[in-house]
Amino acid sequence: MQESQKMINLYGFGAFIAAGTWMTIKLVLSILLFGLIVGLVGAGAKLSRFRTLQALAETFTTIVRGIPELILILGIYFGGTVLLNNLLAPLGYGGYLEINPFVAGVVALGTAYGAYATDVFRVSILSVPKGQIEAARAVGMQSFPIFRRILLPQLWRVALPALGNLFLVSQKDSALISVIGLGEIMRASSFAVRYTQKPFTFYLVAAFIYLGLATVTTVTILLVERRSYRGIRRA
Amino acid sequence: MDFELILKSMPDLFRASLLTFELMGLSMVVGLTMAIPLALMRNSRNRWLMVPSFGYIFFFRGTPLLVQMFLVYYGLSQFASIRASLLWPVLRDPYWCAIIAFTLNTAAYTGEILRGAIKAVPHGQIEAAYSVGMSRFLLFWRIIGPQGLILALPGYTNEVILLLKGTALASTITMMEITGITRKIIAETYKPLELFLLAACIYIVITIVLTRLSNLVEYHFTAHRRPQESVISS
Repeated sequence: MQESQKMINLYGFGAFIAAGTWMTIKLVLSILLFGLIVGLVGAGAKLSRFRTLQALAETFTTIVRGIPELILILGIYFGGTVLLNNLLAPLGYGGYLEINPFVAGVVALGTAYGAYATDVFRVSILSVPKGQIEAARAVGMQSFPIFRRILLPQLWRVALPALGNLFLVSQKDSALISVIGLGEIMRASSFAVRYTQKPFTFYLVAAFIYLGLATVTTVTILLVERRSYRGIRRA
Repeated sequence: MDFELILKSMPDLFRASLLTFELMGLSMVVGLTMAIPLALMRNSRNRWLMVPSFGYIFFFRGTPLLVQMFLVYYGLSQFASIRASLLWPVLRDPYWCAIIAFTLNTAAYTGEILRGAIKAVPHGQIEAAYSVGMSRFLLFWRIIGPQGLILALPGYTNEVILLLKGTALASTITMMEITGITRKIIAETYKPLELFLLAACIYIVITIVLTRLSNLVEYHFTAHRRPQESVISS
């Protein structure tokens, strides 16, 4: 085969890298979902009336922001496995369980996302005028409808740009999950490197896939942001 | 919990944190030096200056640090000309490869932070400086520089903390910094829980110290924004 032809199908690893890309996409969407939930719960705790909850949420965000993402991933994967087996042993479970690297990665990076998203949500919830919530209470609305119908449509406008930036960070950090053996873009590229001895080619391909994903995300965020401003008069 | 192991591992981890500081410090200094011309080029109206710096910042902010490090450490060996060059002893050393990758990465992020800060200096001040006949260098040195640096400080502190967390990646190319040593001790003892907790604590303490330090610097340089205490108390 011609050298140029080999480049186009990536020395036969094209489909393999594409599968890795699909894995990365599933991974980052799961991280986003997990992280948004952590962030909302965190913001709820920081804004609650209970001092203990406030302090807990504050400690959580300070600690998670200070730990390298790589340590979070390795710690949850290896530490979590040990913890799980220590917990199961007294229950009479004889086997050895290992945490799924996908789950470990999603929990680790989702927690990191959530720690940063907590303050994004906190600030954007505070941006909704208090009188609206009081008015909703006055007409007899419960907490969840207040959140869904009053807070959410207004806070996502404020929160979107920051949440989008955090999502771009998670996308890049997802490369670290290759370290615990999950077959995403980086792992697939390293595998191809081992067979072809072309490290620069394959890591550059990986770099451009990440750039492509970032571009798609950025455009999507802009579109969603525009949608969030429907019916709002802008200066 | 094996507390004895935690105590026993502490000296090794403290020694390893020196390497973490070294990786972080060197990349910070060189990265900041590169970031200043990058930011100026990015703000320039000359397309030949703007486009390359835009491309550089776009690539290094848009791709994972791990990919960048692998491109330098594993990638460069693909080219026979590099393997034959005088630089090869440097480029095959994981220590220098890590520093090169961290430096290129942090320069891009810092460049973008500085660009924003330079733009935030009020336009009227720049016009005023020109109208009294200041040269471009003096304008930068006296007007834009000092104000821009203070405006950039919170963003830059964040970047330094990200860089600290980024140095953990050096462990994937065999560097024995905090994370590297942690993983080595785990491989010997198989006590991941204890050691990752210990490593996490060390990183958190460094982060808290860095944040405090930055707050002190900001406090020191923003005396003009504080109300004058003597006036208020009298």
